[in-house]
Parts: sequence; C-alpha cells; structure tokens
Amino acid sequence: MQDMEMQPEVKFSARGVDVFYGSTQAIKAVDIDIEDRAVTAFIGPSGCGKSTFLRCLNRMNDTIDICKVTGEIKLDGGDIYDNEVDPVQLRARVGMVFQKPNPFPKSIYDNVAYGPRIHGLATTKAELDDIVEQSLRRAAIWTEVKDRLDAPGTGLSGGQQQRLCIARAVATAPEVLLMDEPCSALDPIATAQVEELIDELRASYSVVIVTHSMQQAARVSQKTAFFHLGEVLEYGETGKIFTNPDHEKTQQYITGRFG
Amino acid sequence: MATTVDMTALSAQHTSDAANRRSKARHWAEWRLKAYGIAAIALAALALGILISTVIGKATTVFYEYYISLDTRISVTEAERDRLRDPNPRARVGMDKVARNAMVAKVERDLNRTERRDLGRLLSTDAGLELGDVVKADMGLIGQRLLYPALLDDEVQMYLKGGLGKLIDAGTQGRLVLKELGDEIQLGFEPGAMEVAREGLAKQRANAARAARAEAARQENAIAATRTDLTGASEESRASIQAALDSFMARRDKAVEDAQRLQGLADDANAVFTLTNEDPSVLIRMSGGWLKLTELGPTSARAIVMEPLDILGSADAGDWNAEYLARPEISRNLNDRQVVWIETFKRSGFIFAEVNTRLLSVSDSSNAELAGIWGAMVGSFWTMIVTFCLAFPIGVMASIYLEEFAPKNRLTDFIEVNINNLAAVPSIVFGLFGITVLISGVKLFDVQLFDGLLRAIVDDPRSTPLAGGFVLALMSLPTIIIAARASIRAVPPSIRDAALGIGASKLQTSTHHVLPLAMPGILTGSIIAMAQALGETAPLIIIGMNSFIQEAPSTPFDKGNVLPSLIYLWNNNSERLFDGKTAAAIVVLLLFLIAMNALAVLLRKRFERRW
Amino acid sequence: MNMSRHIVTSFDDELKTISARISEMGGMAEEQLSRALEAVATRDSMMASEVIANDDRIDAMEVKLEEMTIQLLALRQPVAKDLREVVAALKIASTLERIGDLGKNVAKRAIYLNESQPLKISSSIVRMGRQTQTLVAEVLDAYTVRDTALAVSVWKRDVDIDEMYNSLFRELITYMMEDSRTIGLCSQLLFVAKNLERIGDHATFIAEMIYYVTEGKRLGDDRPKGDPLGELPLPEHF
Repeated sequence: MQDMEMQPEVKFSARGVDVFYGSTQAIKAVDIDIEDRAVTAFIGPSGCGKSTFLRCLNRMNDTIDICKVTGEIKLDGGDIYDNEVDPVQLRARVGMVFQKPNPFPKSIYDNVAYGPRIHGLATTKAELDDIVEQSLRRAAIWTEVKDRLDAPGTGLSGGQQQRLCIARAVATAPEVLLMDEPCSALDPIATAQVEELIDELRASYSVVIVTHSMQQAARVSQKTAFFHLGEVLEYGETGKIFTNPDHEKTQQYITGRFG
Repeated sequence: MATTVDMTALSAQHTSDAANRRSKARHWAEWRLKAYGIAAIALAALALGILISTVIGKATTVFYEYYISLDTRISVTEAERDRLRDPNPRARVGMDKVARNAMVAKVERDLNRTERRDLGRLLSTDAGLELGDVVKADMGLIGQRLLYPALLDDEVQMYLKGGLGKLIDAGTQGRLVLKELGDEIQLGFEPGAMEVAREGLAKQRANAARAARAEAARQENAIAATRTDLTGASEESRASIQAALDSFMARRDKAVEDAQRLQGLADDANAVFTLTNEDPSVLIRMSGGWLKLTELGPTSARAIVMEPLDILGSADAGDWNAEYLARPEISRNLNDRQVVWIETFKRSGFIFAEVNTRLLSVSDSSNAELAGIWGAMVGSFWTMIVTFCLAFPIGVMASIYLEEFAPKNRLTDFIEVNINNLAAVPSIVFGLFGITVLISGVKLFDVQLFDGLLRAIVDDPRSTPLAGGFVLALMSLPTIIIAARASIRAVPPSIRDAALGIGASKLQTSTHHVLPLAMPGILTGSIIAMAQALGETAPLIIIGMNSFIQEAPSTPFDKGNVLPSLIYLWNNNSERLFDGKTAAAIVVLLLFLIAMNALAVLLRKRFERRW
Repeated sequence: MNMSRHIVTSFDDELKTISARISEMGGMAEEQLSRALEAVATRDSMMASEVIANDDRIDAMEVKLEEMTIQLLALRQPVAKDLREVVAALKIASTLERIGDLGKNVAKRAIYLNESQPLKISSSIVRMGRQTQTLVAEVLDAYTVRDTALAVSVWKRDVDIDEMYNSLFRELITYMMEDSRTIGLCSQLLFVAKNLERIGDHATFIAEMIYYVTEGKRLGDDRPKGDPLGELPLPEHF
C-alpha cells in the first residue's frame, strides 16, 4: 500500500483518442492515464473496444489497413503516433502478450532469444544466454524449462506456453507489458500462475491487462477501467470499482446485470 | 403468439410407427448411398487396374533384350584404323562386315546374295558400330578372335518374344519317307501325322472362305445398287455404269467361286493344300536341316529345302519334327528362312537374353531395338530445373506479396481472380504463348540479354529445355501461387502477432516466421505442380519438343526431348517393338510421378502442422 | 432495489430470499421485544416465559441465514452492491439475533419484577421500550424497501432513546439512594433499561447497514448521542 502514498508516475497518457474501423467508430474520446509499476485492467463487455485501445498502445492496429487512430497517446511524454516514431521500435518498448499462447514453433531458447537478436540487445552468445535466463526467470518458468531449452516451445503446456510468451515479451526489455486476455485459454491453475507472475512483474513494469474475468481484474490490478461502447465510463482504484462503483453501468456490468 | 402446439406431447412422436418408418427409410437411403459410393470406387479401381496392368504387361516385353553371340575375327582397313585412333568418341567405326562374316560363319554353308542379306538383317543396324566401339576401347583386339554379343534386330526381338506368333511344335508321328524329286522333295507319312498343321490350314481356309463370302455379299450389294442406277440412267452414262456392273459381277462370281473352293478344302478331310506365302508356314526339322512344305496332302506332301539335311533319307518318329507357324510369311518382316536361322541359333544356344539396360541408358533412335529414353529423361530433367527455377521463386514472391503486403483493393482482387482463371487455361494455350513470346522474341527482336549471351547460347530456342521450361513455368505458376497462398494463409495470425508484438518488422515476420512455416505446404504444392508439368505434352509439342533427337541435351540450351513427348513420338511408330518401349517409357514416367507425389505426401506428413 | 435484474435470475431469487428471511427474522425479533415489554407492563410472567422459550427460533433462523449468505458468497462471488447486500444481511442477521437475546433478557427481568411490588417507574421503562420498539419496526421497514431516508431518521432518533435511558438512570439512582431496600428491584429495572438502550443502538447499526447497502458509504461517526455521565447525580458521601 506504500505505492498509493507516493505520487504515481504516469507511463501512458491518452487524450481524446478515437479509433475508426472504416466508417465505424470503435473508440470514442478516451482519456486515460496509465501508471508506471502498476497493473491496470481494462474490463467491459465484448466489442466495447478495450482490446482495440490496448492495441493502440503499441500501434498493433497499424497492421490493419482500415484502422485509423486520432487523438494523442503519449508514452513518457512522447507522442507514439508521431510520424517520427517507428512502430517497430515502439513495440520493442511496449511488449505484448496475446490471448492464445502463441510461441513460435522453435526451441524455447530461440523463442526468447528472437527479440534480443532482432533488436541487437546482445553482442555475444554469453550475453544472449544471460538475457534468456533472466527473462525465463522473470517469467517464473526457468526451473521448469532450464533442462530443455532446445525443446520446441509448442510442446509445453498451455500455462507454460503463456509464461514463455511473457518471457519472450520481457526479453526485449520493454517498459510496458500489454496483455490481451492472457489467461482466457488457460486452466485455473495456469491462470493462477500467470496472475502471480503479473503481480511480480508489477515491480518492474507498467502492466496493462485486458480481461473478461472480472475476478481476475479484481485480483491482479490496482487500477481498473471500465469500457462500454468504445468509451471509458469509469476509471479508478480497483478496490473502489469492485465494491462501490460510481457509474450505474459499471455496477450493472460487474454484478452481472448487463442488458 | 398463441400456442397451438403442445411441445411436451410431441416427444411421444419419436417412438411412433411413423417415426420408425422414417428411420427405416433413412437407413435404406443411407445404405443405397454407400452402395453407390462403393460401386463408383470399384469402377475407378477397375479402370486403374486395367490401365496399370496393360501398361506394365506391355512394358515387360522390353524388360529383356536378345543378343547373339558372334565368334568374330577383328580385321580392319587402314582407313578404319585411323578412325579408331581418333580420340573423338563421335568418330565411330561400323564393323558391319566383321559382324556379318561371323553370322555367315555360323550358317556353315555358302550363301547367295539374298541369303547373306537376309542373314545380315537379323542383326541390329548398330551391331557393327557397337562392335567398332568395343574395338576402339581396346585396340589390342585387332587381329584377334573375339566372342562378341551382338544385338539382334527389333523384328527378331519381337519374334523371340512371341510377338510375331510362335513356332508351334506340330508333332512327330510314324515314319517320314523322303524322296528327291528334282528341286523338290516328296514326303510320305502316316495318315494323321500332320494333323496339327492340317487342322490349322483347314481353319485358315474356312476363315478365308468366310471372308470370300463376305466379299461376295458386298459385291452383291454393289450390283443391286448399280442396277437401280442403270434403270434411271441416261443413254450416255449407261455404258459406263454397265461396265462397272460387269466388273462387280465378275468380282462376285470370283468371290463365290473362291468361297466354294476354300470351303471345300476346309471341309474335305483328304484335301490337298497348296501352300503359298499367304498361308501359315509348315516346316520340317530333321537331320540337322529344315524343309518347308509347299503342298500338304493327307499322307503325302511336297517340300523345298530351307537348310540342307545331313542325310537325305527317311526318318523314324522322333528323328523328325513338324513345326507350324500360323502367321503367313507375307504378313511378317521375317521370312521363313530367317525364322529357320533364328530357330537354329536359338537351339544351338547362340541367342541369349539380357536385362534391357539400354532402354534407360541410350537416347532415341529410329531403330526400335536401339531406342532408349535417356535423352528424354535428361531433357525432362533440364526442363524441370528451368521450370522450377523460374516458377518457384516467382510464385513464392508473388504469393508473399499478395498475402502479406498487398493492400486489399479492387486491383489485388482482380489479380487474384485472374490467377485462379489462369490455372484453368488449357495447357496448349501456354504453348502458343511460349512460341509467340520466347521464340519470336529471340528471333524478331534479337534479344540482347546479358550482352547478347542469351542470343549466342540460344540461337533457336525451339525444342530446347529452356523454352519448354519457360512454357511449363508459366503453366505451373498459378498452381504454385494458389498452393503457396493457401499455405501462407494457413499460418495462424497469432504467429504474425507474436512477431510483430516483439518488434519484428513486416519483412522479418514474413521471412523469419511465416515463410518457413508455410514452406512445407509451398513445396508440396510446387512438387505437385512440377509433377503436372513433368507429364505435360501439349504445350511442348507446340514449341517443338517432340522432335526426333538422338542425343541427350547437355545444357538447357541444347535441343532436347521430354518423356511425355517421346511417348507420343514412339506411340506413332510402326515398329512393333516400339509398343513395348512406349509402355516402358510410360512406366518410367509414372514412376517419376509417383515418386514426386510420394515426396509431396511425405513432406506434408512430416512437416505439416495443424493449429 | 431500483436496479435491473441479474442475467442469472436464480441469483436474484437467492438475494430476494435472503432479504425476505431478514425481514421475517426482524419481524420475529420485534415481536419478541413487544411481548417482553407487554410482560413488563402487565406483569405477565407466563408471557415472559413464552418470550424466553421463543428465542431459540430466532437463533435457529440466524444460523440458517448465515449458511445461506456464506453459500451465496462462495458460489456467486458477488461484487459491488450485491456484495454489500450480502455482507449487510450477514451482519443484520447477527444484530437481530442480539436484539432477540436482549428481548429475552428483558423478559427474564420481567419475571423477577413481577415477584416484587410494582413501582411507578416501570411505566417509564415501558414507554422507553415502546419507543425502542418503534425504532426497530421502522428500521426494519426501511430495510424492506431500502429507504435510506427512513433509516437515517431512525439513526438520528436513537439519541431520544439514549436520553430516555439517561433520565431513567438518574431516576433509578435517586430511588436507590432514597430507599436502599429498592436497590435490588431498581437494579433489575436498570438492566432492563440498559437492554432497551442497547436494542436502540442495534437499530442504528441496522440503519447504518441499510445506508451502506444503498449508498456504498458509511453513515459516519457523528451520530447524535446522549451523554450518560454529564449530569450524573453523584451520591453525597462520594
């Protein structure tokens, strides 16, 4: 609880963000400040735009031709949609973990080493080995895989695969980790492991997680944003959102009264 | 909405008689469908079985080839000696004379010109040349005796394989009495001793009689038709029509007469058959020689000497033997004398069979016994190399661009539709395109590619594997692009997301992840496209790859031939031995296709992953 | 409950059942209190005994309610208002059980009082009791309809009970100082008054719970309270 007494440092600052898919507006005037070294959860019903907004934060939406983003998103004060910014470099700073564990069909080692290799983070094999080990340790999977780094990453269990993907994201030394429903394909035990991991990662990164499980949002996050029809209806302390939300829609959504 | 149906009561319907009837009908319909399916598959399997068994059955006839072992004495003229010394392998020496002399020596008697020619023709056209090659390889053989196996002529090969009908053992029964009668020999034998030959001849006469009757009937029709013409004809034309009518009637009368005579012979147990070259041959083997019958009665016959007998005297049963060859001399390329020689050599053990490696190791030839598929295989190989080198990179790059980089708009849609359409274009059209672009291009526009190098190498691109490969590459492109796009699309987007998400560029994502994962699928599709191209004939005929080329192309710029067009060529040849060789070439082509498809299946099984 | 229904309707049913059980239990506690006061007023020991005997039923109901709420917490994992609802129900149930206990205690004292001379002051006790009973009844009504205003009014009016208690306290002390023979009797009455004052406090707690359920906030600590020690008449020899 010490964090709350300190003035929280803002990592991402979004102002008036609109996202259009062709002529349909997916995100409407979103203003949000995402804190450093904290877990921020995005919740909301399907199609509310929470994933879309998450993908704005590392410009993954750029890969969709018809997607257009307006407004301002600043990472440490710099506009990430500036023409000067290379989305490839941005994505190295803002790592992402996806809904389905998606390890490359390569060895565990190569999975983790891929990012550092393409970004030139290691100059020697020893350095690369060290980065791989640290990343795997940080993703709390080192002890499980250290004896079989040459085994294919796809041969791991679902939970291990997802932690491997987290290790892979961590390996590029990002400042922010975006997680798009990271546990939706996992069993409860694996989910718990990943949640524990997210809690540990909070110490070093700003973590943004999109989840459909409100319990998960409640368990892992410090701040929660409720998205509805492309808007952020409510954004605040997770404890407050889940005991006494301000907005009627939030209340209805989290208590299971939607629609 | 007002409820009129009580849903809970409907449950009982499921156990009613009507439901049972419906279920029975359903089962019956299902059974019928299965039966149709099985029948269809059985039909297809039957067709395939017939195809395979026919082809393989024919191909087995060229599995062996026949040689005759010649006891030669190598002697050369000065001119020949010079040529033998020439290191150029193309300077070949035809030692036909040596080979022929060795043949003559085998017959052990003086031969006249015709006989010598006939005897020489038993050898393959190239037998002398091949002997020359042996001598060239070892000059020390000159002046020596050499036991040399010479390849036999294709007709002889056919005969030995039974392709011209077999010499049937017509038996030996009782004593055969010989009496010299001028040039001919009078034979006397027990009644029934020549029964096999007589039955064969009677049957042949009966068939001839039937044919004559059919001819008579045809003439009768013609007569009837001409008569009607005659009634309505004008005075001027009447004379010519009458002349035609007369000739028809004469022919009918002759046919009727022939039919009666032949039928009479066939029916008469004591008939005396006169044997001409249109009749089956009846030969008598005795005392180290051969006789040929010219007339066959119930207990006597006339014969001429084919190969002289040791003793011209009578022989008891077992010391003589009648042989019967159903195919008349006139309808085969080997005369009776040649047959007698072949039989003699065979019986003396000079003729032996060897596994036919020549088929795979030599190129095309106009002589059936010398023709092989090596040149065509090499031509196919070069063509496939050119096809692959052109079609694979272009196809893969096009697919990567279309799938990963191209914006989705009307233009790319249009391109996509047209690629699919291109796959349906008849292959012969590609041939026309090829001849227009490539051949006219080189000829008319004097292509100066690579400083005119291309122009220098391919002066006339017709018939070259380069041109063939170019055309086949065009033909395979749509197939490769469609397969490649499908397998690129099969790579899950999550892999792309993963790579992009850790900051890989689009190009890195494509080359590091998407392409390697799609590669087995792309290769499978490409191999299948290649297999299709390997079996393609039509466009290659257009660009002239079906020409007769005796040498294997050593580069893709030399004139060459491919397997399917060789098959097409051979199939049009009249020599009987080419039938078997065509089938053998088909078998080889099929083996290549099966091997390529097996490779494709293996790749798919081994590397295919499902997401 | 001005909110729309849950998507899972059985959740709604369970919440309603708990609410209904609370109301039923509240009715019973109120009844117990009323009958205990009746027993004091009419000096009816029989009725007092009945009240004592009936307390078990309230205890049983509390156990039942506790089971229901715990099960609902485990299976439905309610959040926000639902969570407050359930937690409040759990707390209100135990409060009502305490009210029932206090009622029983009043009835027990009534039996003792009935055995001695009647005192004039008893009627003041009964009046205070009626006032307490009204608060309990009102707070239960407020719970049934989630009427925050009524709950707040109950919460504010508890000060009246406190003041009545203080004056009764002073009066009984005076009695006891005047006539030491009445000490036993008066101390019994003092206990009855104290019990009633406690019941009033419990009613305010329920009011606070109602406020928490509907508003999501605490009602605060600035509740008006009577000061029992301010004007306490000390014995002279102290």
